[in-house]
Amino acid sequence: MDLQELQQIARRERERSRRIRIHCCTSSGCQASDALEIKRRLDEAVSEAGLDSEVEVVGVGCLGFCGQGPMVTVEPGDVLYEHVRPDHAAGIVAAINGGTCEAERGDLHHPFFARQYPIVRKNGGKIDPERIEEYIAAGGYRSLYRAINELTPAEVIDEITRSGLRGRGGAGYPTGLKWSTVAKSRGDRKYIVCNGDEGDPGAFMDRSVLESDPHLVLEGMSIAAYAVGADQGYIYVRGEYPLAIQRLQKAINQAKKLGLLGSQIFDSAFDFRVDIRVGAGAFVCGEETALIASIEGRRGQPRPRPPYPAESGLWGKPTLINNVETFANISSIVERGSAWYANIGTETSKGTKVFALTGKIRNTGLIEVPMGMTLREIVEELGGGAADGGEVKAVQTGGPSGGCIPASLFDTPVDYESLAKVGSIMGSGGMVVMDESTNMVELAKFYMEFCMDESCGKCIPCRVGTVQIHRLLGKITAGQATPADIEQLRELCQLVRDTSLCGLGQSAPNPVISTLRYFPEEYAALVPNE
Amino acid sequence: MAAKTLKINGTMVSAREGESILEAARDAGVAIPTLCHLDGLSDVGACRLCLVEVGGRLRPACTTAVAEGMEIQTNTDRLHAYRRQIVELLFAERGHVCAVCVASGHCELQDLAVSLGMDHVRYEYLAPTCAVDISHERFGIDHNRCVLCVRCVRACDEVEGVHTWDVSGRGTSARVISDMNQPWGESESCTSCGKCLLACPTGALFSRGATVAEMEHDPGRIALIVESRKVRG
Ligand SMILES: Cc1cc2nc3c(=O)[nH]c(=O)nc-3n(C[C@H](O)[C@H](O)[C@H](O)COP(=O)(O)O)c2cc1C
Ligand code: SF4
Ligand code: SF4
Ligand code: SF4
Ligand code: FES
Repeated sequence: MDLQELQQIARRERERSRRIRIHCCTSSGCQASDALEIKRRLDEAVSEAGLDSEVEVVGVGCLGFCGQGPMVTVEPGDVLYEHVRPDHAAGIVAAINGGTCEAERGDLHHPFFARQYPIVRKNGGKIDPERIEEYIAAGGYRSLYRAINELTPAEVIDEITRSGLRGRGGAGYPTGLKWSTVAKSRGDRKYIVCNGDEGDPGAFMDRSVLESDPHLVLEGMSIAAYAVGADQGYIYVRGEYPLAIQRLQKAINQAKKLGLLGSQIFDSAFDFRVDIRVGAGAFVCGEETALIASIEGRRGQPRPRPPYPAESGLWGKPTLINNVETFANISSIVERGSAWYANIGTETSKGTKVFALTGKIRNTGLIEVPMGMTLREIVEELGGGAADGGEVKAVQTGGPSGGCIPASLFDTPVDYESLAKVGSIMGSGGMVVMDESTNMVELAKFYMEFCMDESCGKCIPCRVGTVQIHRLLGKITAGQATPADIEQLRELCQLVRDTSLCGLGQSAPNPVISTLRYFPEEYAALVPNE
Repeated sequence: MAAKTLKINGTMVSAREGESILEAARDAGVAIPTLCHLDGLSDVGACRLCLVEVGGRLRPACTTAVAEGMEIQTNTDRLHAYRRQIVELLFAERGHVCAVCVASGHCELQDLAVSLGMDHVRYEYLAPTCAVDISHERFGIDHNRCVLCVRCVRACDEVEGVHTWDVSGRGTSARVISDMNQPWGESESCTSCGKCLLACPTGALFSRGATVAEMEHDPGRIALIVESRKVRG
């Protein structure tokens, strides 16, 4: 494979493509509402209308507006259909030539779409994730070519550093810095690991990226491998994501066949292989040292750091571990330059972030917005405010590790530092919206139960402390708690936060601490004399 | 090997490079409470009792290497309160009834409670009913007294080279198991060497036939075995 061949594939693909494309979302969300049958009926309708030479039906990745699915778009023309049923298929095809169609029309210029800035999700809803040719026609693998042929590994790392990209797995560690540490670490072998464990309740950003654009993640991993000197990569995906696993495997096979993975990529001396490792769904296995133990075939539980995986990771070798979304940013940064990327977002948080907007909100789904957009803009403009005309009370960001942000603080810009300042975290991108019907103590109890169940049990404060906190919250919601119990609750939260071994325990008290801080009246209402 | 100079509780001490804070403190005559640490075994940083303040931040002494200029506090009010809470959490987790325990008087958990002045438990007792396995002809394990320090797992794996023990389950449901979660007596790997008994800090692992307060563990022997092998090289 060389540049010419790559361009030839892109050209052939564009020539092959029909004038009109009907895009039918076939991600797991829409598949659950019959998207595959819709696609089949659309194909039939196109044939019956004799439009085969003009129109093609393409199963595409996620468009993001999952609450309105199944979604179908017709290009050109920016036509969007929502809540599509199989019996709408004939009408959708007829409408191309002015016929009538019963399917509900949506609006691709709605703020939900218009206010987004797709980088990671640029191909979502546009290309068939199961065909590498479509990815290449959309400009794919050119960045990998450029990195290998025009840049030294040090220059690639420099680009990533200057872009200001920070890890999207939760902690926001500077990606370029991590890469350069791995590059500098000595080892006869180095590994790349892509963290696709995504265990937060309500989060499906990474699943969607893997299902909609697996090659984008593979290309990012390959560029990283070239930059740090690794020749083997692993993608750790939870077993609950069968479609993502299936599409990734297909993508790996296709890339191998074209010489874009394997030995001597683009006829260079660079070799890189990728294998999938399927997780069994433990939340803690998303923690990097637990994930590494799990790949090695051991019990998935964290170990103290240092040493960090960058120095001693998989089988004791220097290992670069990044999140799915982090890798999905790489190709665009190499293609369009660090200056372009660093221009998006805020001073300390560059680029965009994908969020899964769920809960009591009108428009649910995935959004990708520039860092620094305020919570108010996200909730009111993109999200359309509370569902059923209620009033939004708070937003939980960062899942069970995050905090609850009250509506009075909705002018907070969404960036790493601002969210930390109000007692929450960016996390991996879950955003759960609550209205007046949500009891905040119940909410804190829900998240604590999650952490208690998911605690690996290695360290005492998290293993037993979460259980005791959960019991106290149960006592409070049952109206049986005393002010002394609240005191004990605060004390335990502090203990678990300060003394736990890994991030799971350290952040488990956040939902309790933040609801105690912003909604003390809801606790008081349940505790006599508080 | 380069020496490092650091301050422990305000006193200057020197330590060997690569040494843990725990080792350096011991050399300097400063005791730090521990539970999951055992001389001769690798460290896992699980119990969190050895946490110390390094420049105000909490670090486990057993897994943190010394560094030049470190300022370490080993016994602040905050540390004392946290250690006490942790031991209370342990007592509330399973059934530690010292009055009927084989290890009473020779138990590290009991010693910790005494030295931390823990005279009562403020938390609700979870009181699970845990299994007692006496299928092994010489030994037994009472999970009611297990604190999940995994010293048995490491002693068997690292010193005896067998790995009969491991942990299954999560959170408070986690249990040490023998082989593929089968009765200890049916374990094909166990050589009946007794090293796990030496390592156990509580009355969880015991010799069959020992009655109340008779079970003396000898954790120091694990380090002796490891050291003597090193000398023979
Ligand atoms: C309990 C816990 C769960 C985590 N789960 C995930 C996860 O599902 N996906 C992820 O990318 N990072 C997760 N992380 C963060 C990882 O440990 C690690 O920091 C991250 O994968 C690094 O990638 P990044 O630098 O690209 O963010 C988790 C951390 C903790 C403590
Ligand atoms: S904090 Fe919780 S999840 Fe993390 S190591 Fe400790 S017990 Fe396991
Ligand atoms: S007796 Fe020896 S071999 Fe058997 S479990 Fe204990 S340490 Fe392992
Ligand atoms: S049996 Fe003893 S040594 Fe093993 S984990 Fe339990 S308390 Fe620790
Ligand atoms: S002795 Fe250090 S954490 Fe247990």
